[in-house]
Amino acid sequence: MGRTLSQKVWDDHVVKPGEAGQPDLLYIDLQLCHEVTSPQAFDGLRLAGRQVRHPELTLATEDHNTPTADILAPIADPVSRLQVDTLRRNAAEFGVPIHSLGDKDQGVVHIIGPQLGLTQPGMTIVCGDSHTSTHGAFGALAFGIGTSEVEHVLATQTLPQMKPKTMAVTVTGQLPQAVSAKDLILTHIARVGTGGGAGYVAEYRGDTIERLSMDARMTICNMSIEWGARAGMIAPDRTTLEYLKSRPNAPQGEAWDQAVAYWATLASDPDAHFDKEVFIDATELTPFVTWGTNPGQGVGLGETVPFPTSFADPIDRAAAERALAYMDLTPGTKMRDITVDVVFLGSCTNGRIEDLRAAADILRGKKVADQVRMLVVPGSARVRAQAMAEGLDEVFIRAGAEWREAGCSMCLGMNPDTLAPGQRSASTSNRNFEGRQGKGGRTHLVSPTVAAATAVLGHLADPREV
Amino acid sequence: MEKFTTHTGVAVPLRRSNVDTDQIIPAVYLKRVTRTGFEDGLFSAWRNDPTFVLNQKPYESGSILVAGPDFGTGSSREHAVWALMDYGFRVVISPRFGDIFRSNAGKAGLVTAVLPERAVEELWSALDSQVGITLSVDLATTSITAGDRVYQFSIEEYTRYRLLNGLDDISVTLQAEAEIRAYEARRPAFKPTTLPVRV
Repeated sequence: MGRTLSQKVWDDHVVKPGEAGQPDLLYIDLQLCHEVTSPQAFDGLRLAGRQVRHPELTLATEDHNTPTADILAPIADPVSRLQVDTLRRNAAEFGVPIHSLGDKDQGVVHIIGPQLGLTQPGMTIVCGDSHTSTHGAFGALAFGIGTSEVEHVLATQTLPQMKPKTMAVTVTGQLPQAVSAKDLILTHIARVGTGGGAGYVAEYRGDTIERLSMDARMTICNMSIEWGARAGMIAPDRTTLEYLKSRPNAPQGEAWDQAVAYWATLASDPDAHFDKEVFIDATELTPFVTWGTNPGQGVGLGETVPFPTSFADPIDRAAAERALAYMDLTPGTKMRDITVDVVFLGSCTNGRIEDLRAAADILRGKKVADQVRMLVVPGSARVRAQAMAEGLDEVFIRAGAEWREAGCSMCLGMNPDTLAPGQRSASTSNRNFEGRQGKGGRTHLVSPTVAAATAVLGHLADPREV
Repeated sequence: MEKFTTHTGVAVPLRRSNVDTDQIIPAVYLKRVTRTGFEDGLFSAWRNDPTFVLNQKPYESGSILVAGPDFGTGSSREHAVWALMDYGFRVVISPRFGDIFRSNAGKAGLVTAVLPERAVEELWSALDSQVGITLSVDLATTSITAGDRVYQFSIEEYTRYRLLNGLDDISVTLQAEAEIRAYEARRPAFKPTTLPVRV
């Protein structure tokens, strides 16, 4: 019987097969590190007298704690500064390359891997960060791990893993106008729930996926973890090769040809068996936003805040009641009538150049509404430079948005960019959990174009309204 | 890692689903570089509310958390496991866990016991009618005893084996050094590196 993409990548990385009921030992081609989930791992190495086995298969950057203004000044928060300094010291001590604040390759960890060409098809990639699933857009098996596992990979370049189940998510048909990859994945999460993919590696496939750019594919794979799938993958194709070819770490000359020949073998076989299959008709999708406090609590932008009584399952009903209380929303309110205080454009979900272009296209010649603060935070220093070369910074600044330096920024409340208690945001990030963007903050997850339209109109808005 | 065989303690009903790791410990507590002392961050937003279960006697000394489905979804932060353990929890019971949380728990020595939704609801009712009762969790027999009721829970077999024996993963893996070297010798040369390869 044929094998799926994920099974092929898995099989090619088995160092030692597990005996019955035991995990396989997998080789890890690349580990990415950031300052939050690595300090205790490096400490563990020091305590045990261990080295980083392969610093050349490891890359560190600073993103979560870092400010997105005055980046060359010392970090004001002493606790954040200590964590960033600790990463720098650990990188120096263990010989791990690092892209620090101010470096031309600094940025959100999941933006810089692909951009440097370090993320390639058929690789195993890990990071102490659940959005490592992003790299699956290249046909890599990429998943988030905890700090104990970070230490394990630093020490051994391997990881014991139980074989996951496989799921095919097949998307067919043309995406309607103003509907993006973000709307697609938000819709899917609302349908299957935050636990719908638990235990699975997902493969997104179908003609809709094949037509998507790499940036859009990364948005989809990025949010795999939000429906519980630890990894999401897309088979490499011509789009993947075109993206990779000019990247600094792409293989060159003969090595490129060998790599391409290998990558061509990575598609799921026609007779491959998936443990579960899900189908999505792209033609019926609309702009999609969240109303609640987990990414599965979403509706079409043209719909209304749901009534808790509309949920059959008592647990879902109780969750909806809690979420509406936290979000301060009344059932039956039109989503489009919800006004926001802050619009955040950025993150590993939607901080790439195409996201900035799409938002700039809406904002060009328009103004951000008076009562709205809009932050535009490129995912990396290189995305920022590219956007400036295209004049996008001017578009944002003229519209009245804040043009920031690269980092995780308002995706999570670890740096100076946070919501104040009670503030409401439209955010292109990935999580609307209670307090995620700052204690008491209320988050609506949206696409980049919905974010831009919302900034202009001051309420959740369809890009076609602007 | 400390061995886990059996544990008896006060059970805490957490009647919520989708308890993501941002709720278990908000990001602001993740700035620390130490591995202990995260108990103050555990459910910190919810603990501001005096009616929250952990602010009620006898639950503040609880060690077994009985939660709704999809516990530990979201961020990969192992700090969520550390915060629960630093507070005193040894076991979390839920119908379904986030994959990364479950894996992290197994590394740090926290038992994640999966029970069907109906059993969790029965436990919640029992805890409501007999406040402060203890549960006993036996990892060898994968059973939870609540008074005269016994529930069988599930946990990944390899994790159970490691917890029962207190095994540290890295030392186990390093026993496969020969296999790791053999794999490295046959790894394709076109794979990328972040540095010029050391000679």
